[in-house]
Amino acid sequence: MKKLWISKRTAKRIRGILAACPLAILAVIVCLPAALLLSGSITGEYEMHMLLSPLFGEEGSFVDWTWIPVFPDFSQFGKLLFASPQFFVLFWNSVKMVGMILAGQLFVAVPAAWAFSRYRFWMKKTLFLIYMILMLLPFQVMMLSQYLVLDRIELLNTHWAIILPAVFSTFPVFLVYRSFCGIPESLLEAARMDGAGEWYIFFRIGLPIGEGGILSALVLDFLECWNLIEQPLAFLKDKSLWPLSLYLPNIGIDQAGFAMAASVITLLPALCVFWFGQDYLEQGIAASGTKG
Amino acid sequence: MKKKRNRAAWLFLAPSLGGVLIFYLIPFGDVVRRSFLTAVTGEWKGLDNYKTVFQNEAFLLAAKNTARFAICCLPLLIGAGLLLAVLIAGHRRLKIFLSAYLLPMAIPSATVVLVWNMLFDRWGLFNGFCGRIAALAGWGHAFETDYMETGAAFWVLIVSYIWKNLGYTVTLWLAGLLSVPEQLKEAAAVDGAGRGQIFIKIVMPQLLPNLYTITVLSFINSFKVFREAYLVAGSYPHESIYMLQHLFNNWFVDLSLDKMAAAAVVTGAVMIGAILLLQYLWERDEGGPE
Repeated sequence: MKKLWISKRTAKRIRGILAACPLAILAVIVCLPAALLLSGSITGEYEMHMLLSPLFGEEGSFVDWTWIPVFPDFSQFGKLLFASPQFFVLFWNSVKMVGMILAGQLFVAVPAAWAFSRYRFWMKKTLFLIYMILMLLPFQVMMLSQYLVLDRIELLNTHWAIILPAVFSTFPVFLVYRSFCGIPESLLEAARMDGAGEWYIFFRIGLPIGEGGILSALVLDFLECWNLIEQPLAFLKDKSLWPLSLYLPNIGIDQAGFAMAASVITLLPALCVFWFGQDYLEQGIAASGTKG
Repeated sequence: MKKKRNRAAWLFLAPSLGGVLIFYLIPFGDVVRRSFLTAVTGEWKGLDNYKTVFQNEAFLLAAKNTARFAICCLPLLIGAGLLLAVLIAGHRRLKIFLSAYLLPMAIPSATVVLVWNMLFDRWGLFNGFCGRIAALAGWGHAFETDYMETGAAFWVLIVSYIWKNLGYTVTLWLAGLLSVPEQLKEAAAVDGAGRGQIFIKIVMPQLLPNLYTITVLSFINSFKVFREAYLVAGSYPHESIYMLQHLFNNWFVDLSLDKMAAAAVVTGAVMIGAILLLQYLWERDEGGPE
């Protein structure tokens, strides 16, 4: 018989610490790019140039990053906020598009999810399958079709070309559908017995109970929309209409400090949503993995 | 009463269905029609467009690369995600690390372009770091790969895909792991099954449906690496990472609408086929639809 020299609880604790080490190291590595941006955005221009000189053809040495700048300098943010009006135009482009898309999705996807989860109707299964396939097809497959229809209704090169197709995306329908499915039918039957109409049930019972799913969809969609690249690249010719996500990479590496400050500002709204909506984000991801 | 309810269902669905028809289904039908016509004159061409596409070298290269990317990145991501999820599920307190893994989801692709350039340049941080480690270990190997200009670009893209999607996958696995009933595991433990045995015989079969969804979602998300690839390396990157997404984008810029239509139909058909096949396997495993 083996003799235990440590208690089971200690063993479990040690196993926990052993498991924590690789997880922690990985967590640090995963967060490094964001840390690099943050530290870069407060590095002074001169110091930045010194650090990055190997990238500009001064070969023979490698880029050496000081994670905490020797001369912290917030002037890049000043330059960005007070001396670059075009940055604001693009920032508001992003805000406007994302805001309109999310608002539109609320009006369109939530009722559709309610219909799919609570009613039986002709062709329901087929329609649901079509919605699922549409959710899964990558943008490139739909690119030409969207171009053709946007061209037909003369919306190319306007923000509507980005907003409208995204509003009718079927992805949020699925997420919200999951949360509506959890409402017991007996609750709705009871309300109907009491003479509640279908609209009343939707607004007074469906929406409050489905709130979690709706917020999950909003958080996931915000992160997705704040990062739009393909659609504006294809449908917006006019650079003054571009969202930030498309403009940032156009700042050359010779202006690395400025680019990093701009990146940090772009990152902030997404980080805020991430920070406050993390529980919903996790729920949303988990819901996207449950069978539809 | 029933009729009234039915009408309500269609009213709830109408805005969404209308938009889906206008912006997705009808135009895609139009694209299917156009794939059999010439681009400018609209004359019937039969399967000529498809022949052109399948003989097009760029298309073959792009299709090969896209498939290669999926074959390499999916097992890596799904496996790594499962490993981390198992570790986290075993020690609930480790869940704090999940936030760190999810963080990259919130970081817009555009903001990491600079970081990627700094890391993976010939004289970048990554080579510098590897060189230093090698020197510490007394190994005089010089690290001189210029990652974006060589075949290594492919692996940079794999790493950036995994970096971005790891948290998503871990969360999906975790949801699956936590939904396995405790009693099942306890019953097996009482019967004398070891931890490994319980995992393989009890937990794994329960996770099979999750594997299907995770595969589908990860595959779909793999198309979004185009963002990093395009922003870092432009429309014509190193040929190891020239993918279908680049091809569609370039044909779009050239307005090669006939080729694009045929390629969209082919790609769409392959993907719908794959999705339906997975769905079929999934439902067969669960013993039919609900």
